[in-house]
Amino acid sequence: MSQFRGRRILAGAMTLIAAAALTGCGSKTSDEKSTAGVSADVSGDSVKVGLLNSLSGTMAISEVTVRDSIMLAVEEINAAGGVLGKKIVPVGEDGASDWPTFAEKAEKLISQDRVAAVFGCWTSASRKAVKPVFEKNKALLFYPVQYEGLEQSPYIFYTGATTNQQIVPGLDYLKAQGKKSVYLVGSDYVFPRTANKIIKAYAAANGMTVLGEDYAPLGSTEFGTIVNKVRSAKADAVFNTLNGDSNVAFFKEYTSAGLTAASMPVVSVSIAEEEVKGIGTQYLKDQLTAWNYYQTTPGAANQKFVAAYKAKYGADKPTSDPMEAAYVAVYLWKAMVDKAGTFEVEKVRAASGGITYDAPEGLVTVDGPTQHIAKTARIGKVGADGLIAEVWNSGKPITPDPYLKSYPWASGLS
Amino acid sequence: MTVLFGQLFTGISIGAVLLLIALGLALTFGQMNVINMAHGEFIMAGAYTTYVLQQTVTAAGWSLLVALPVAFAVAGTMGVLLEVLLIRRLYARPLDTLLVTWGVSLMLQQLARDVFGSPNVQTRAPALLTGNISLPGGLTVANNRLFILALALAAVLALTLALRLTPLGRRIRAVVQNRDLAAVSGIPTARVDRTTFFIGSGLAGVAGVALTLLGPIGPTMGTNLIIDAFLVVVVGGIGQLKGSVIVAFALGVLQATGEYLTTLSVAKVIVFVAIVAFLQWRPQGLFTLRTRSLA
Repeated sequence: MSQFRGRRILAGAMTLIAAAALTGCGSKTSDEKSTAGVSADVSGDSVKVGLLNSLSGTMAISEVTVRDSIMLAVEEINAAGGVLGKKIVPVGEDGASDWPTFAEKAEKLISQDRVAAVFGCWTSASRKAVKPVFEKNKALLFYPVQYEGLEQSPYIFYTGATTNQQIVPGLDYLKAQGKKSVYLVGSDYVFPRTANKIIKAYAAANGMTVLGEDYAPLGSTEFGTIVNKVRSAKADAVFNTLNGDSNVAFFKEYTSAGLTAASMPVVSVSIAEEEVKGIGTQYLKDQLTAWNYYQTTPGAANQKFVAAYKAKYGADKPTSDPMEAAYVAVYLWKAMVDKAGTFEVEKVRAASGGITYDAPEGLVTVDGPTQHIAKTARIGKVGADGLIAEVWNSGKPITPDPYLKSYPWASGLS
Repeated sequence: MTVLFGQLFTGISIGAVLLLIALGLALTFGQMNVINMAHGEFIMAGAYTTYVLQQTVTAAGWSLLVALPVAFAVAGTMGVLLEVLLIRRLYARPLDTLLVTWGVSLMLQQLARDVFGSPNVQTRAPALLTGNISLPGGLTVANNRLFILALALAAVLALTLALRLTPLGRRIRAVVQNRDLAAVSGIPTARVDRTTFFIGSGLAGVAGVALTLLGPIGPTMGTNLIIDAFLVVVVGGIGQLKGSVIVAFALGVLQATGEYLTTLSVAKVIVFVAIVAFLQWRPQGLFTLRTRSLA
């Protein structure tokens, strides 16, 4: 009998774990309307900003590095005299890779700590979870990661790429290389599904064939079947929107199936220098990535950023696109506040349009109406040293177009 | 046809992975009835052992071979420590064991994060294991998958022989069948428990070494595996190894076939529905140990 008892208890525990995992995916949308926004506390000689990143859970691998580079920017700005003469005091919270936790911590940062702005979030799921919180409280979020577009919140500044600054240039590059067919592999959540919708619309209008489309749940590490399907589809290239740990398993499987960058190149949009380190150059050599920044990007601003980052966190720590976008976000916020002459959210927003900053990735400009930033697209190739070398760039910053309004083939989307 | 055969092999190799991660649990949970939620973290310990060894033994092939026994010892020792310090005091309280070992699993994850950092680490696979064998008809079989299949079968064989032929194995089986009778026959049950736990946890370490060839090596890798491991043992039936072996391969093939015909998410649903249906029909699992013990 004791055996059965043990098993029943086990079953209960497993149900709990599964339930916890499931509710993690559900977004918490509170529709309670508060009367007015909470204003930031700027009474003293310092101003608080919130840092909201996952320091634990499956996303910690990526988000910790973003936290580090936000801290670097804050320290640099403080060393140079702060913002409007006030020192920035960072208040860090752990989103724990759990979307309702993100919403809860965002509320805490805004209402209790009364921060002037929050920097953070990585997955679109976490951004969607905190969006109503920021809109309800009329508080500012700076979101530093490339994403699937089709969003424009008055209280979010998007400093990563939207689709026409990353995915569309990636497809343009494949087309220019004469690739006629693609296979789509992605994690099963909002970013890859939306990205693939855009890719299919692009392919239909540009004479490309999409030979297949497969999704793996976040955290999934079994890619035998998907790679088998990809292999037998014999596509010219693979467009990879997998996120997190899944990339490691996918590329290990891909390599051992005998597929290489020469036989079937993979364009990835979520693999930056930090992820290359975790996967291994053995499995990634010569594969392509689409971003707006690499550690190897030329320019004095980037040299300074890379040197400062390595001096603070260690010579073996690479810099990557989301880290750079987070670093830039802090400086852009400072520029907006300086221009507005106040920390008041509405005035900061009004001042934001047209602000430029000589970022490590090159010149970026805040686009007032969309609150995204104009940035240069860069296609890179993973080298044997684990860094990514640029093989193509768009030549000039691309104006953000989150709803792809300027692309006729995208008219059926949204 | 090629694809079909490729899928069959994929299914078998998924089964081999399941078997490898569940084998240690088949011993500690299946034989001793201890619900050890930290089993996944012993797998993680095995994977990190490979990583640490590669910092010293640089030739990838050798470091992997060396890692197998070392990871067995490392994870086994962690298991013994857990058994001696905590689980032994809670043998009659399965619910407490579950909560305590879950806590231990969280602590081990954080420990790994503090020691090795949150980002994944990489290990280099030996050149021999990154390639594949081409068979006639355009079929390829990945070497790392073959290696894991061989390792899983070798582990099952070794464990079966040890349980059947060695004096220790006899003592373990005696304690599993009837603890009190074994004790009055002069078998030191506490020591047998400890040894069983050492072997079971050690096997998790071996699984961890093998998984470095397939997936990520990071602090949370164990949590992704623990549910699958428990499923295999529960469906396979308590107290028997052969149930776990059959179920691991059956689930692997079911998963691969379902995934090929539908999608990965749907395949997971199919597998879970099949398991629920099966357990309705045979709540005791595929095989059960029939004893006259009153426990």
